[in-house]
Parts: sequence; C-alpha cells; structure tokens
Amino acid sequence: MSEWPLYEVFLRSKRGLNHVHVGSLHAPDDRFALMHARDVYTRRNEGVSIWVVRACEITASSPDEKDPMFAPSGDKVYRHPTFYDIPEHVPHM
Amino acid sequence: MISDDLLGNDAHWAFGTDFEDPLAGVDTTVPDGVDPAALARYCLMLGDDALVLSQRLSEWCSRAPDLEEDIALANVALDLLGQARLLLARAAAADPSVVPALPDDSPVPAEDALAFFRSPAEFRNVTMAELPNGDFAETITRLLLLSICRLAEFESMVAHPDAVLAAVAAKGRKELAYHRDFAARWFVTLARGTAESRRRVLGALDGLWAFWPELDAPADVEVVLDQVFAAADVSRPEVTPARGLGRECVHTEALTDLLAEMQSVARAHPKGLW
Repeated sequence: MSEWPLYEVFLRSKRGLNHVHVGSLHAPDDRFALMHARDVYTRRNEGVSIWVVRACEITASSPDEKDPMFAPSGDKVYRHPTFYDIPEHVPHM
Repeated sequence: MISDDLLGNDAHWAFGTDFEDPLAGVDTTVPDGVDPAALARYCLMLGDDALVLSQRLSEWCSRAPDLEEDIALANVALDLLGQARLLLARAAAADPSVVPALPDDSPVPAEDALAFFRSPAEFRNVTMAELPNGDFAETITRLLLLSICRLAEFESMVAHPDAVLAAVAAKGRKELAYHRDFAARWFVTLARGTAESRRRVLGALDGLWAFWPELDAPADVEVVLDQVFAAADVSRPEVTPARGLGRECVHTEALTDLLAEMQSVARAHPKGLW
C-alpha cells in the first residue's frame, strides 16, 4: 500500500550495545510500525529492543556536501589516540 | 534434551543461535491422577485448533494486502504450527492408540501421522478454525476471536498437572498474547477506518458470531472481548448460534477441502523424509 508512510527500523541485538539500522518498512501508524518491525526483522531471534521512526523525520546529510562535511577531518591524524604509550598492565586497549 | 524423546532431533533446523527448547528438562511421564486417554483428547483438541488455523493463515502467503502483513500472518501461522506439533506429539505419547496405524517400516513420526493421516471425522478442532479465510477482515476477526479464547486456555494450562502441557502453555501464552494484540489492533483499526473497512469487519463478525458459543469462552474472556468491541465501537451481533460440534469430530465440508490439500504431499510420499 503505497499510501502508508515509510519507517526506518533500528534494532538492538542481545549482545549489542546500540540500536543499529536494519532496514525500512511501510506501516499505517507508529504502533503498527513497531509490530511490523517485530514481524519482519526479529523473526530469527535478532533483537531485544526496536526503534522505529518515520523516514521523513530523519534529517540526512547530502552526498553533495560530502567534501565540506567530511574531508576536513581526513588529514587530522593527531585526533586519533594513537600517540600514547599504553602500560602493559592496562588490559583491553 | 528431553524433547529429543518427544520430537526427535531438531538440530538440522537450528541455523540461528540461543534458541530455547521449550521442553528442556521437562518430565514427559504422564503424572498419576491424569487419565492418558483424556489427556490425549485434550491435546488433540488444542493441537487441531492450532494446526487447522495455521493452515488457513498459511493460505495468505504471497496474497496478503501488503508485504508486512504477509509476513505477520505467516509468523502467526508458524507459531501455531509449533504449538500443534508439540500438542500432537504429546497426544501420541500419552495415548498411542490415537495415532493412525501406518506400515511398520513407515518413517513418519507420530505427530505427522496425526496431522497427515487422519480423516476429517477424526479431527477435534472447533468449526470456526476451519471456515474459509474470506477477506482480510474475516481473517483478522477470526484470529481475534480464536486467539482471545486460546490465550485464556493457555493461561490456565500453565498450572496443568502434566508438566509437558504446562511447558507448552508457558511458551505458547507469549505467542498468543501477540496474536491477540495484533488481531485486536487490526480489528479496531478496520472498524474505525473507512466506511468500506467497517462494513467488511461488521460483516465478518456477523458471519463468525454464530460459531462463538462453540468456543465456550469463560467470563473473563467475554470481558476482554467487550473491551475490544467498545474500542472498535462494535456491538455483539444478534445471530442464531450454529450447532458447532467440532469437538465431537463433526465438521463442515471446508475441513475436508483443507485437509485434502494439506495432506496431499505426505500421502503421496508416505516414505518421504522431511
């Protein structure tokens, strides 16, 4: 039904910390969007939490502004925390 | 795993991770004080309701109003098929005499023999489950009426003296709660939607209501149903009850047609391994 609005679906998996975008679907309202997301995207035991949001509510960057948006950070290697000596007794770094 | 005893080894189906075995650690012996024949009959009633409704819902595959609803109905059908499988397997284990006799070298497991090698006059499902699908409004209305009753049955079955039935109920009640909410939400949406959707849902309710008494709903189910009807601005139809005798194995022609299709592959290949 093309008149139903498009929703974007975000899932948090059992071991995941954040909700991750998994796809989109159509639904007549917010609650049906949640149910549809449950039916379409969690049938293989993928998720423990779902977010849905109307696609039209998302403000996205445009490919045209890629350079002014992202190129300036491409040469600032000093922003990566790779210049520290990590003591041997500090784990998981 | 105890369910290996009841259902055979399912390992070849398990592609995902962290799947729970609903019968893990459950004692499968029929407890003292429970009549095995009565237990088997009860399992067949509930198992046949699920199997037949599952088959009806499966008929929507690729035909639902949109992709999301197609998958939703198939999910419900699969939940019910899973319930049917456990219940038919339990019926066979409790009272092997209910299982149709097949040749000694038949590879067909007991629950499949019950599903695919019984005649319509051996099924114990309620009439409402076997009626043809009709349109989406009829399918939703039937799912609402059946799942609201089945959820209540499973809620009380959680305390059943038979540990297997109690485990089946503990798993199934979560599925049925979703089925009921899904159906109720659609029922209200259609009833309060356009003039056309309301006309269809009222027509569906009129047609199905004659078979409501056969479900023998307890009082608290009637209360929940009235809440849904109030939300949908719908009143109980004035309809003469039909003589539903599904529990006594008396059925409509619709079940004969449904089983003919459902059973055709298993009967054409009685030595097939699935």
